[in-house]
Amino acid sequence: MRCVSLPALAVAGILVAGTAQAEPSAANGHMLFVKVGCYQCHGYQGQGGAAGPRIAPDPLPFDGLAAFVRTSSGEMPPYAATILSDGDLADIYAYLQSIPRPPALADVPLLKQ
Amino acid sequence: METMKVDRRKFLAGVAGAGAASTVAAPQAAAAAPAVKFPSAAAHAAETLVPAALPASPGRPGSDFMVDVIRSLGIEYIAANPASSFRGLQESIVNYGGNAKPEFLTCMHEESSVAMAHGYFKIAGKPMAVLCHGTVGLQHASMALYNAWCDRVPVITILGNIVDATKRRPGVEWLHTAQDVAAIVRDFTKWDDLPGSLQHFAESTVRAYKIATTPPMEPVVIVADGGLQEGPINDGESLTIPRLVPTAPPQGEAGAVREAARLLANAEAPVIVADRLARTPQGIKLLVELAETLNAPVIDQRGRMNFPTAHYLCHSERARALIGQADVICGLELTDYWGTVNAYADNHERTTTARTKAGAKLISIGVGDLYTKSNYQDFERFAAVDVPIAGDGEATLPALIEAVKATLSSERRAAIAGRAEAMRKAHAAMRERQRMDATYAWDASPVSTARLSAELWGAIRNEDWSLVSPDNFISGWPHRLWNMEKHHHFIGGSGGAGVGYGLPAAVGAALANRAAGRLTVNIQADGDMMYAPGALWTAVHHKIPLLSVMHNNRAYHQETMHLQRLGNRRNRGVDRAVIGTTITNPNVDYAKLAQSMGMWAEGPIENPADLAPALARAVAVVKRGEPALLDVVTQPR
Repeated sequence: MRCVSLPALAVAGILVAGTAQAEPSAANGHMLFVKVGCYQCHGYQGQGGAAGPRIAPDPLPFDGLAAFVRTSSGEMPPYAATILSDGDLADIYAYLQSIPRPPALADVPLLKQ
Repeated sequence: METMKVDRRKFLAGVAGAGAASTVAAPQAAAAAPAVKFPSAAAHAAETLVPAALPASPGRPGSDFMVDVIRSLGIEYIAANPASSFRGLQESIVNYGGNAKPEFLTCMHEESSVAMAHGYFKIAGKPMAVLCHGTVGLQHASMALYNAWCDRVPVITILGNIVDATKRRPGVEWLHTAQDVAAIVRDFTKWDDLPGSLQHFAESTVRAYKIATTPPMEPVVIVADGGLQEGPINDGESLTIPRLVPTAPPQGEAGAVREAARLLANAEAPVIVADRLARTPQGIKLLVELAETLNAPVIDQRGRMNFPTAHYLCHSERARALIGQADVICGLELTDYWGTVNAYADNHERTTTARTKAGAKLISIGVGDLYTKSNYQDFERFAAVDVPIAGDGEATLPALIEAVKATLSSERRAAIAGRAEAMRKAHAAMRERQRMDATYAWDASPVSTARLSAELWGAIRNEDWSLVSPDNFISGWPHRLWNMEKHHHFIGGSGGAGVGYGLPAAVGAALANRAAGRLTVNIQADGDMMYAPGALWTAVHHKIPLLSVMHNNRAYHQETMHLQRLGNRRNRGVDRAVIGTTITNPNVDYAKLAQSMGMWAEGPIENPADLAPALARAVAVVKRGEPALLDVVTQPR
């Protein structure tokens, strides 16, 4: 599992000075990913589909993703911090980072032309 | 025949005895007057007990002639849930007509009857008839008729009703009768009539068939009065059935077609958009010819099978970019032209933005302008089109192609030829990207809709297959991964987005495919299935081979997303969006549901590795002429 880098979190303003922060938890992020409905448009592994784009593996840099989650004005409604805390968002990001890369296209016979 | 009569008398006697017993056991009236009156004993008996012995018919019944009329139209099937208001006609179908051409299809809901006819038409290319029982049957059928209306599909709806009040049995028969019964669906049917004689029935039924099958094709209603059905053909009555001569479809006006051709021929970035265009296989050939003449990319909105997915000019997944770059857009039988050229954001403030660039010219060819009603809003938002042409798209294409070819100078031909290479590269890149996208969540459980589609393709690609379900709820994966090229490879969706279309429409389409020996495939949404599970029984009972693979995401998933969106907007949390929108606790066991009706079924399948062998077993069942169902637990979309 890869973890969210602390500098990235700091840039996004997620860390609060003087507050002890636990390591972001991919397992908790997985639970939250379902609980707050990310899976509904992006799929359980963030693979995307007609309702929402792919967001994993290799998600956007955390600061960009966090800014979008907070301020989206498009089809995706914004998630206020009262709905999804900074810590929970970091956990979800950890989950997205933990999702393994898919098999190479050449290794999937069913997808050959 | 004599044996049948004897057995029936014995059967009736037995049932009559049972009915008498139940009458004795009826509850006593309560001391206080009820707020709602129960049906009288006479009314209850009239609806539930065996009909009293009828005197022998004085001659050949009118409903026999009705069968002759229906048969003259080449109608092979009549779908219905049985009912007393058309008992005369049903008896004539099964006895006088020998239950062949038309054959009576036993359905478990009138909505399923109409949806079966809906799916059947889109494969067979000719209508099925549906029998409905007066007020209650037609109200059950109404949602499916609305779907057919929106999808421009003809359905010949025949209603049982009893006009003469003195001929109605007391009680329930009055409840099931209306003065103007077709009014229930008049807003979304093209024509209806209440014939007052058998000759009138013949002429109006042939007229109804012609109206229904002339673009814009739509459902029609004929009321078969109970008195006409059960009364005799009068001695010496000379009855004739008018000859059916199909009406030629309307073609766009020549001057407007030439103007459209001029715009297309001189465009630098033309785009063709097609929705319900290809009524027949010829429609695909014509669209390919037009696109190749212009080297114009085609966006298939998938109301029908319009354009081969492997063709280098098929660019459906690039719709947004292409619309934005186009200088001329040619919309063919579009349901929603405005939505094609505008973006709409469903957010706090609903905002719209044009997707087209300034100066882009819009051409429309379609039958939408030929027949519109006021109440139901299926005509969508008004689009200001530069060259609107009222005419059937498929019928107008030959003239448009000819006009484009006549317009092209050698210089324009060379310029157009120069577009081909870029189109080929963009198409190849799009298809490669789609296959790459399918690898994500490849091994996930629940099964990804891409994996489901790829495994299904692997199981059927070497058969003469026909996908008869829409794929918008599974992210369009079949269109993105399969090679669709024949008209029966895809039949579009419900039209009105009314849930409950999927399964019965698939059964109807499979019935039409049975005659051609095709392998019919239905990717079946779970919420839709639960509207009309009785169609499983109909498929088994009538031995209709159909492979149904469940897209079981255990939710009315679109509604889950809507509720989540509103919860977010209102800052009330999103974790309760599953309340009222999911189909869990308990999970539905669709395999057992199908098995309970005699259908071969397996599942639930949650491991994608289990899919291929299960599909192989299911395909083997279907190839021996039976329906089969696989329950696959899937990702949301």
